[in-house]
Amino acid sequence: MILIPIRSLWAQFPQDWTSLLSWLAFLGIFLFSMLYGQRLQLMIILREVEGSLLKIKMMRDEARKIAIDSIKEIGKPQTDPTAQVDRFLEYFALAPVDLDPSGIIWRLEHLLDVQDLRSKDDVKLMAPQADETQRNNLENMLVWAVNLNIIYKIIRHFYLLGKKTLSLYVIMQIQMALPLIMREAEAFASGLKACQMGQPIGDGAGALVAAKLMQGYEKTKVEKDMVVAKVPLEGRTAYVLKAEGPGGNVGKPGEAMKQIIEQSEGKISLAIVVDAGLKLEGEKPGEVAEGIGVMIGGPEVEKYKVEEIALKYKVPVNAIAIKEDVGDAISPMRKEIVDAVDNVIERIKRLVHERTKEGDSVIIAGIGNTIGIGQ
Amino acid sequence: MTAAVPTAKRPSFYLLAIILITLLLSLALIITGIDYMEIGLDPYTRTLFLLLGLTILALSAYMLFQTRKRMFRLGLEMQPLITTLLCQKCGFKNLRDFTRGDYVFKQVEEQCPKCSEKAFAISSIYREVKEKEKAREEG
Repeated sequence: MILIPIRSLWAQFPQDWTSLLSWLAFLGIFLFSMLYGQRLQLMIILREVEGSLLKIKMMRDEARKIAIDSIKEIGKPQTDPTAQVDRFLEYFALAPVDLDPSGIIWRLEHLLDVQDLRSKDDVKLMAPQADETQRNNLENMLVWAVNLNIIYKIIRHFYLLGKKTLSLYVIMQIQMALPLIMREAEAFASGLKACQMGQPIGDGAGALVAAKLMQGYEKTKVEKDMVVAKVPLEGRTAYVLKAEGPGGNVGKPGEAMKQIIEQSEGKISLAIVVDAGLKLEGEKPGEVAEGIGVMIGGPEVEKYKVEEIALKYKVPVNAIAIKEDVGDAISPMRKEIVDAVDNVIERIKRLVHERTKEGDSVIIAGIGNTIGIGQ
Repeated sequence: MTAAVPTAKRPSFYLLAIILITLLLSLALIITGIDYMEIGLDPYTRTLFLLLGLTILALSAYMLFQTRKRMFRLGLEMQPLITTLLCQKCGFKNLRDFTRGDYVFKQVEEQCPKCSEKAFAISSIYREVKEKEKAREEG
């Protein structure tokens, strides 16, 4: 009785050896994918992350080498700066307490000032023979090398954690974000050479607009690391400001705008902020868009200052964005962005003409890193 | 700056062994499939053998390809930049390669070939992206 079902089951099996072999192969593959499929997937992902990690490590090491060579070449230090550079690459800055958000902006500004001062002092010590422009460029270069080091360390952390725990979910977190992280790392790497050579970068689009507007007019230095020029524009007086170049510098545009508005007792009819804006996929680099609000990137301290003072004196703030992606923003400036500058100036003139009366005063702020852009 | 991360290392022995075994198995399957074709036996089985053999061969070749030592392009190489010089007197435009020390609106001590004045200033510095790269960006 018992043999009947076994026989009928046997009848289901292929009777020649080749068919049996293929049947067994399928069964084997099925069992393998059931039992070891996830492990195999983990191995493949780990290899993928390992490749990217290796690439970032090479970028980080090369960035460190470029920074050390530049310091030696430009700064002509008495001692080897390698240890100082390594120390710089490991610097960190802690965010202020946000449990009680009252006054956080001013605490953050203080921390950023301390960080900036410390970086500048360190660069001065590392490169005593460098002039101010070169020091600013070296500082930018070191900051980007720090960013590469941070990216490398975070990816390494997840890679090693994934390897240690053999958890697919740990390693998948980094694998999913890896394409975007790699784009950013590659952008920092290509920007590093631009910094070394003092070339203008995409982020300086706003500064380039302001520099073009203030050509031929007297410039005054304002706090901090900013220059302002009084420019006649369409029968109005325009206070055009940008960070002081041509060294790598972003200055404190919010502080400068605040000072100008306060000095003129709020008699500013319009403020226009021009900056490089992150483009979405599908948009072309160098496209220009208008909007309202304070278009200042970074840790938002400067943005806050402008919002506060604009609210106090009811100054309307308009924004003009020159679109580019993250890679373009920190690598040498593209032709499309340079070509967009004239378009932006036309838009500024139109805005001033449409929104203010003759004899009014306006502020035009060119935001961004002014490396490679004079005034 | 030290790291417990593999540098450009050799692929693991086990991985290579697995790939080699699967390669041999796939070749065996393909040869059996071809044998069947020659004898003219069982068209279903020979097609199955050939398909299975070729699939496994492709998979193991891909795995082997993945283990190769990759050459990375770091993106740290210097990108060619163009400096535009504009004569402030006659508006003559001159293009040249970027040199260290150039910056936008820098006064340059170069004689204008048109008006012979030393009134050149750098009006722009930029890089040109190749059409192929632009097309890739735009998807």
